[in-house]
Amino acid sequence: MEIKYDVEVDARGLQCPMPIVNARKTFQTLQSGQTLRVLATDPGSVNDFKGWANMVAEAELVAQETTELDGKTVYIHYVRKK
Amino acid sequence: MIPNGQSAVIERTAPDLSALQEQIQQLQAQVDALRAQSPENRLSMVVFSGDLDRVLAAFVIASGAAASGMEVSMFFTFWGLTALRQKRESRGKTLFQKLMGWMTPVGSRGLGVSKMNFGGIGAKMLRTMMRQQGVPQLEEMAQMARDLGVRIVACQMSMDVMGIHKDELIDGIEVGGVATFLGDATKSKATLFI
Repeated sequence: MEIKYDVEVDARGLQCPMPIVNARKTFQTLQSGQTLRVLATDPGSVNDFKGWANMVAEAELVAQETTELDGKTVYIHYVRKK
Repeated sequence: MIPNGQSAVIERTAPDLSALQEQIQQLQAQVDALRAQSPENRLSMVVFSGDLDRVLAAFVIASGAAASGMEVSMFFTFWGLTALRQKRESRGKTLFQKLMGWMTPVGSRGLGVSKMNFGGIGAKMLRTMMRQQGVPQLEEMAQMARDLGVRIVACQMSMDVMGIHKDELIDGIEVGGVATFLGDATKSKATLFI
């Protein structure tokens, strides 16, 4: 699955709450309609980004996927700014 | 020409309309009152504990909430105040207050864990384990929370009881009482006591 995105945040190796804290910083700089891609190795980030998108009114969780990168499970989150 | 029957209908509905208008006005007033009372997108916390693990949990929740667009207020009271200290000052204190000052940690570096502390070894072990797992240290977490705009208030009453002066605490924090906490807590969606 190839989803288009504008900006990427690499939160691999970071633990809760860093993936959402770093995502927020970049998300704030996005224009409406742009999509942010977040890479994380924290398995909790899957539920965290669902919850985060629920709380942030202008955020829409477009997709989430899991993949193997450099021998590690990586959770990828796509968030679009409404 | 309006037939008799229809004019009778208009006469009957006219008083109903004014009653409806009155009802709408009353409803509007109620909606306004409810809106004024409705919670803000805010989280309020009391940080009573001075345990490293508990204070860390408080800051994780605070920064997570702030990163999710919530307003966050943290009220530090009693043992929680030790996490905000930056120096130890003994002048102008009673004997008990001096003792209290000497026996309590100065700042987050001195905090112990709530279980298995073993004179501070447990706290060092936990910090090492957190570093190994890529978890930010309490100090970084606290700085992050402040960068995200978390409101930090130190409780005046417990400062007075314990003899902690404002200049012993870290900069950039507020001092307030129970009404400061309640003012924020009653407007919050969630309130925690840690």
